[in-house]
Amino acid sequence: MAFVDDSKGYIATAGGARVEDYVALLKPRVMSLVVFTAIIGLLLAPGGVNPVIGVIAILCIAVGAGGSGALNMWYDADIDAVMSRTANRPIPSGRVSRGEALAVGMICSGFSVATLGLATNWVAAALLAFTIFFYAVVYTMWLKRATPQNIVIGGAAGAFPPMIGWAAVTGDVSLPSIVLFLIIFLWTPPHFWALALYKQGDYGAAGIPMLPNVAGEAATKQQILIYSGILVATSFVPNVIHMSGWLYGAIAFASGASFLYLAWKLYRSPDGLSMKKIARSLFTYSLGYLFVIFLALITDHIGQLAGWVA
Amino acid sequence: MSAPLVPLSDEELRRRRVRRNSIALGLVLGFVVLLFYVLTIVKMGPNVFTQRDL
Repeated sequence: MAFVDDSKGYIATAGGARVEDYVALLKPRVMSLVVFTAIIGLLLAPGGVNPVIGVIAILCIAVGAGGSGALNMWYDADIDAVMSRTANRPIPSGRVSRGEALAVGMICSGFSVATLGLATNWVAAALLAFTIFFYAVVYTMWLKRATPQNIVIGGAAGAFPPMIGWAAVTGDVSLPSIVLFLIIFLWTPPHFWALALYKQGDYGAAGIPMLPNVAGEAATKQQILIYSGILVATSFVPNVIHMSGWLYGAIAFASGASFLYLAWKLYRSPDGLSMKKIARSLFTYSLGYLFVIFLALITDHIGQLAGWVA
Repeated sequence: MSAPLVPLSDEELRRRRVRRNSIALGLVLGFVVLLFYVLTIVKMGPNVFTQRDL
């Protein structure tokens, strides 16, 4: 059975690709977020790890994320060609062939899982393998084109890295690492629906059933508000389970309040240009929010170890 | 006086790209070898330098 219709072109000329094109296949921007959250998971885990092993573990997680990104581009080349945000990616622009992208994706995925297993433990390696499978197969090949809830379930793929970082140290999956997973998992829907609200023309043209195209703008804004509420409530769980102290709690409160304010503003905004501006603000803010929350977690943790955070 | 600039042919540009890609691939492979060497040493631990009765 053929999963991909290769009759649509995207055949790159031999030697046409530059090194930068192969790097672009690995989605470096997504990779940077994965690396950041994985480092936090690794540093928060009890016990500590040899720094060299820690660096190798993060490298493996980054390469694994890159591999899944390449597999995503291999499969999605047809819809990437239609959307303005993705039309210049290496495959739709003809610089890299689909076969090359598939090879890069498979090699990076296999190499990263095997090396992570050898360097740390096979629980972390299995989690990485599952994450790659979830993103490339469950999200990209199935959910993305099938349901408007695509990013709700597919968001799990982006939420696993801190759990993998944690498992690389401890060799298990415990409550604090599940909390880290949940924060990113619940952050994904409002983040991507905000993007979909101001890019819905793109998704509609590509035939991707994003929530604004299927359920309408009003329902999307309502869903964003609901998920934002659950996200902000969940962000206090580290305090409830005594994983973090007052410093994290204060930062989570302040940044969460701003998140909810923007989500509420978006919910109350009339459809049109001003709504798209607020959606864009929420999208940008949500990126900063995740960064701040995870930075607060590690700062608080270091503070506790140093004795200046109760 | 410098020679007039001549635009590179497509074939020359292609050859340069292939050469650059080959160098990059070589560096990646070299890095992988180094990575596994370092990983092996770290996994063996400090005893590798003290254990003499092999």
